[in-house]
Amino acid sequence: MNLTLFVWRQKGPREPGRLEQYSAENISTEMSFLEMLDVVNEGLIRSGREPIAFDHDCREGICGTCSQVINGVPHGPQEKTTVCQLHMRNFKDGDSIYIEPWRAKAFPVIKDLVVDRSALDRVIQSGGYISVHTGGVPDANAVLVPKEDAEAAMDAAECIGCGACVAACPNGSAMLFTAAKVSHLTLMPQGKVEAARRVCVMTEAMLKEGFGNCGNHYECQAVCPKGISVQFIAKLNREFIKAALKAEA
Amino acid sequence: MQFLKSSIGRKIVMALSGLIMVLFVIAHMLGNASVFAGPDGINAYAAKLQGFGPFIWVFRLIMLSVLSLHVYFGILLTLENRAARPAAYTVKKDLRSTFASRTMIWTGLVIAVYLVYHLLHFTFHVINPGISSAVNVDASGRPDVFRMVVLGLQDLFTSFIYIAAVIASALHLTHGIQSAFQTLGGNNDRTFPVITKAGTIAAGILLLGYISIPLAVIAGVLKH
Ligand code: FES
Repeated sequence: MNLTLFVWRQKGPREPGRLEQYSAENISTEMSFLEMLDVVNEGLIRSGREPIAFDHDCREGICGTCSQVINGVPHGPQEKTTVCQLHMRNFKDGDSIYIEPWRAKAFPVIKDLVVDRSALDRVIQSGGYISVHTGGVPDANAVLVPKEDAEAAMDAAECIGCGACVAACPNGSAMLFTAAKVSHLTLMPQGKVEAARRVCVMTEAMLKEGFGNCGNHYECQAVCPKGISVQFIAKLNREFIKAALKAEA
Repeated sequence: MQFLKSSIGRKIVMALSGLIMVLFVIAHMLGNASVFAGPDGINAYAAKLQGFGPFIWVFRLIMLSVLSLHVYFGILLTLENRAARPAAYTVKKDLRSTFASRTMIWTGLVIAVYLVYHLLHFTFHVINPGISSAVNVDASGRPDVFRMVVLGLQDLFTSFIYIAAVIASALHLTHGIQSAFQTLGGNNDRTFPVITKAGTIAAGILLLGYISIPLAVIAGVLKH
């Protein structure tokens, strides 16, 4: 099939960018979206032009590196699917496709579709960890975890940190990301010790990085490739209230 | 004060102040309903409220502080949120957000402006003082609120503004009520759909409750 692409091109962080039109020809429906871009890039290189820069790594939906807003939806039209796992059968011959980078103050564009997502790393560094004693490895069953807690923690831990939640949020908020990390650690007994401090410093770090505040629009859950639920944001809020009451007492 | 600097802390202030005002508009609607009992209904109700004397002012000051917090943090959060996305998308699709959720700041500002007008009209009698209940009394010598409301809303333009403001409020609440519960951590997989539906139904009941009065006046059901 043949497609018309409108792709955001931007030479560098401080350069102005704009959408440029390309045609993608002879694309097979079996290709992934990134393979389609590879084909377009090969054409660009052959004609001596600069290929489109985009982020990718595992190409199997687990690393969270790929990041493109496709026709107005982060990761494109298929629910719970990363760009690298999105296949061209989701499009029709003759379609026009708009491809833009994640847009947020906290995610400055580095080049074309590549943005700097280190802000999420700094949110993690602020409190997304647990402190343990070093030494011998503890017995596997030394700390018992109720099944429901383990399940819920695993649901939250599915977050691959791609930042689609931020890209989709009308407020550019990283609340779903932060909520997933806080919940996954706090649900486990090892993470309970630092729960109060964690929720405060991580939400503070989020704001400091220039992310917006959550407005409960729930766009984040709709685009999350792992389908992380906004219930974790409610859990984050409960953890915050608990922490605030504890600080009062 | 660390609490008020935090992203969630400020949202909690928004949620609590919002819910207090929801309780107020529910009580206000129930009080208004006494207009359907004629002058003896609403005039007696108003006279009873007046009977609280200085406590009315205590109550008004509390509501004013609650409102001020809500407006202040609402504007502050909106400005911060706008700043968090300096460059707009060329194409952006909304999947879960609603018209109501995206227009909170605008419906909020409409309500704020209307509130000033509403107070100047029916509470402080600055607008249209001729029909004021401060100067007109009913047969039993009570301030004639019934006359003021009916004559005031007989003016189509006044009714139109009233109805428009009520619609803006209802939109604000369809997002606001469920949003407040989410912010206060009251949502989980079971309660979430229930609360969302209940919020929308509550907003709908308030909408009907409030617009029934101007509609009844225009239709001539309520007349002086
Ligand atoms: S490239 Fe790893 S998730 Fe898409």
